[in-house]
Amino acid sequence: MSAHTAEKLIYMANQIARNVTHDPDPVAMIADHIHAFWSPRMKADVFAVMNGAELEPTARAALERLAAHAS
Amino acid sequence: MDSERDLYRPQPDFGTPPSLAERAGAASVTAIIDGREVSVAPGTTVMRAAALSGGSIPKLCATDSVKQFGSCRLCLVEIDGMRGTPASCTTLVAEGMKVHTQTKKLEKLRRGVMELYISDHPLDCLTCSANNDCELQDQAAAVGLRDVRYGYEGANNLAQPMDISNPYFDFDPSKCIVCSRCVRACDEVQGTLALTIEGRGFDSKVSAGLASDSFLSSECVSCGACVQACPTATLQEKAVKEIGKPERATVTTCAYCGVGCTFRAETRGEEVVRMVPWKDGKANRGHSCVKGRFAWGYAQHQERILSPMIRSSIDEPWQEVSWEEAIAHTASELKRISAKYGRNALGGITSSRCTNEETFLVQKLVRAGFGTNNVDTCARVCHSPTGYGLKTTFGTSAGTQDFDSVEDSDVILVIGANPTDGHPVFASRMKRRLRQGAKLIVIDPRRTDLVRSPHVEADYHLPLRPGTNVAVLTALAHVIVTEGLADETFVRERCDWEEYRHWADFVSLERNSPEFLEPVTGVPAADLRGAARLFATGGNGAIYYGLGVTEHSQGSSTVMAIANLAMATGNIGRRGVGVNPLRGQNNVQGACDMGSFPHELSGYRHVSDASARALFEAEWGVPIDPEPGLRIPNMLDAATDGLFKAIYIQGEDILQSDPDTKHVAAGLAAMECVIVQDLFLNETANYAHVFLPGSTFLEKNGTFTNAERRIQPVRKVMEPRNGPNGNGYEDWEITQLMARAMGLDWNYTHPREIMDEIARLTPTFAGVSFARLDAEGSLQWPVNDAAPDGSPIMHIDGFVRGKGKFVVTDYVPTDERTGPRFPLLLTTGRILSQYNVGAQTRRTANVVWHEEDLLEIHPTDAENRGIKSGDWVRLASRSGETTLRATVTDRVAPGVVYTTFHHPATQANVVTTDYSDWATNCPEYKVTAVQITPSNGPTDWQEEYEAQATRSRRIRGHEGAMEPAE
Ligand code: SF4
Ligand code: SF4
Ligand code: SF4
Ligand code: FES
Repeated sequence: MSAHTAEKLIYMANQIARNVTHDPDPVAMIADHIHAFWSPRMKADVFAVMNGAELEPTARAALERLAAHAS
Repeated sequence: MDSERDLYRPQPDFGTPPSLAERAGAASVTAIIDGREVSVAPGTTVMRAAALSGGSIPKLCATDSVKQFGSCRLCLVEIDGMRGTPASCTTLVAEGMKVHTQTKKLEKLRRGVMELYISDHPLDCLTCSANNDCELQDQAAAVGLRDVRYGYEGANNLAQPMDISNPYFDFDPSKCIVCSRCVRACDEVQGTLALTIEGRGFDSKVSAGLASDSFLSSECVSCGACVQACPTATLQEKAVKEIGKPERATVTTCAYCGVGCTFRAETRGEEVVRMVPWKDGKANRGHSCVKGRFAWGYAQHQERILSPMIRSSIDEPWQEVSWEEAIAHTASELKRISAKYGRNALGGITSSRCTNEETFLVQKLVRAGFGTNNVDTCARVCHSPTGYGLKTTFGTSAGTQDFDSVEDSDVILVIGANPTDGHPVFASRMKRRLRQGAKLIVIDPRRTDLVRSPHVEADYHLPLRPGTNVAVLTALAHVIVTEGLADETFVRERCDWEEYRHWADFVSLERNSPEFLEPVTGVPAADLRGAARLFATGGNGAIYYGLGVTEHSQGSSTVMAIANLAMATGNIGRRGVGVNPLRGQNNVQGACDMGSFPHELSGYRHVSDASARALFEAEWGVPIDPEPGLRIPNMLDAATDGLFKAIYIQGEDILQSDPDTKHVAAGLAAMECVIVQDLFLNETANYAHVFLPGSTFLEKNGTFTNAERRIQPVRKVMEPRNGPNGNGYEDWEITQLMARAMGLDWNYTHPREIMDEIARLTPTFAGVSFARLDAEGSLQWPVNDAAPDGSPIMHIDGFVRGKGKFVVTDYVPTDERTGPRFPLLLTTGRILSQYNVGAQTRRTANVVWHEEDLLEIHPTDAENRGIKSGDWVRLASRSGETTLRATVTDRVAPGVVYTTFHHPATQANVVTTDYSDWATNCPEYKVTAVQITPSNGPTDWQEEYEAQATRSRRIRGHEGAMEPAE
């Protein structure tokens, strides 16, 4: 995956996180959203680059939850 | 339709419009007309009652599209017990009334009237283009006019010069009988008020505004309403003059915008003479705009591609081939790529311009044939946030009202939409309601025509900074909640109360007040408060919105904020209220309904839903992938990463319509097989390896679904021209050929069979069939056991999802910010005469109204930069730059610039960025930070692009032929 793609996926995850801060359970909300709308490859790619990336804490928690679920 | 109904005859004219009571189907009054007992609704005129019961009273100045005027005195009748001879067009039927429409006295009076008219009318009937289709002629015959005593010499109005300035119709004043039907049509039906009757008595004549004005230079928007209303050849389509009187009429649906006007395609042989709005069309009620009415000539344009073409690389010229060869080549390429890179390297894009049936087949081919969910649609780039937002809050992805509903609205809130340009026929209906006194709130960075036009003025125009929709809507909610104006009874009954409380607490925060947000939004707090109070307390409140809402990084949040506002004020579930997305292209709604999104099967069921999948798997006999596929931007990312190799694009031009043109071009260039199916070599086709020529809406059968969820038939009036020796195919047939070549056993013989399959697989379409559409004209989904006749208004007794859901929408500023390098905000839009990327309208005479895209800039910003109207300017963002001409206007606020994107040479999307909506990735077209500087002409990129496009459009054997003929 190119740097452009990696950057964009992280950006997308953060953007979702910033838009659901007032949800009663933001982590679940972000996880559900990514689960429902991202293709398997996009998910695999974001799992591959999430460590070390600058992620909102809720976005990171959601991705970790999804990654644990996927493996 | 049987051939009988297809024969040309004018649409019936009942003389005066139906009364309110008639439209509501109210109780009746009974009268005797010429001995016939006639029962009609209260408020019906004698003229209409006679016509409704099969009679026909002579008339000239009355027609049922406009209010009666009572000027010609031809429609006189005698009524027992009433003195004199009242005009039947202005006399209302009363209980027990006895009317005589034909007596010796009336005959004499009518002949006298007719004689006067004819003495000032040229007698060239035989060579007149309206011969045999002229009401003056008909009425002369009806009254038995045999001679004219006044003689034809002496003062008359004959031999006046014609006004031929409009490209589609002529005005021949010497044939005018000054009935003023045109003036009233322009006022009442269109709402432009372009025409007046000048002078008095014998000298009076129709004029387009100032004496010096021609139709083209006047306010006229070329909607055609006056032409349709004119009883003579005075205002008439040029095509009738050129071709002659139509011989057949077929009802079909406009292929331009989401209003979905229905027309009678009036033809001679296989030639269209004219498109006339169909009076029984429930979306347009007999009205039209310049695009649907006149701009259909692109079907015959010389640049239309009529033969399939292939090439092995985009540097080569195209090679024309037979359909067999093109399909075989395409299928073998797709199979090769699938074998080499895997099924997920393939994908498809459905079209919001094609029919439901065609769209359904493309996504079926991708899911069942390619074996992937990589299917998306250009609705992604316009209304995907509507889908997400309304599904989340209400439970279904659709507008809540029919267009008729606006007639009961008291306060109309228009946000991020420019209906007079984008949805003109609906705008005319909205303006009619506004002229009756409904209040108007416009939220738009730009002073759109709706803000101030003849007899319409917005009570509030909130000129917000682009990108602050959510902040403005939250501030409106703040005022409504904190001032106690919310409809808590409605909320308690219909919505989740806990979620409402949570939301109400949030919007009540001080930081969401209009005063606090004023520096962010640029909207004066007092105006915002006034608008909020008006919306909450002014009666039925209806919200209409467009791409100015969705095409933002918070598009989905804005849609949800709109839904919150409607619920909080109890404006859902009846006529006159609701949340109404104004869809861009004709079949955006349909494309979304038909399962064009990578995560959804038709009817908005997620691919992870095992029971929905099972239904499709049983019908199609193949497994469906339970994981969502790629969206358009992700397909392009995957392509640049070398993972996505082949794409089938039906009827879309993603290179021109999608943001960040350079990224799209790079993605396309990285693919091994790009298949474009379209009418013209569009911009995307510059990167294509296979070109499959498409068919126009006049050449196919099927259905479109408009912005009110109304499914309407599209009917073939001529054979598809796209194929060697005229051996053409409808677009769905081409998809079927590809599917068969890839080994799928498809055997559809008519789109009706595809619709039957859609109905079997889609609960909201369960009751839809071509037979029912033929019988009823149109149906609004859901059509099923719960709503057998369809659903003009949704969420009447409860929301589709059960309880309405309030979602907190916090304002998150876009990351696209102005700064020293890019200090201005660019927002984009469209104009009336052109359509989307303009591929069709640019190939019609509509270019007289819009030759190029212009950049609107405020006088202050222009002066600071030394820019005058007409100057070339360079428009640059961090993505790229382009040049175009400027027009200096205070329609835009200081700091904001605006342009349209109808012409490929402008390449406005070179400038737009790849920011997008957080929930759906709908691109953020409406906000780009830019700088404007004076310039001398096209940029290097524009020139390079032009050169590449020209190179890429070469066709072997046609070298030079693509140059425009001088
Ligand atoms: S074409 Fe439409 S806008 Fe123009 S004068 Fe006629 S009714 Fe008015
Ligand atoms: S132009 Fe036609 S509609 Fe208008 S006043 Fe003359 S005859 Fe009547
Ligand atoms: S473009 Fe839209 S408003 Fe105009 S005629 Fe077609 S459907 Fe109607
Ligand atoms: S039709 Fe009634 S007065 Fe003209």
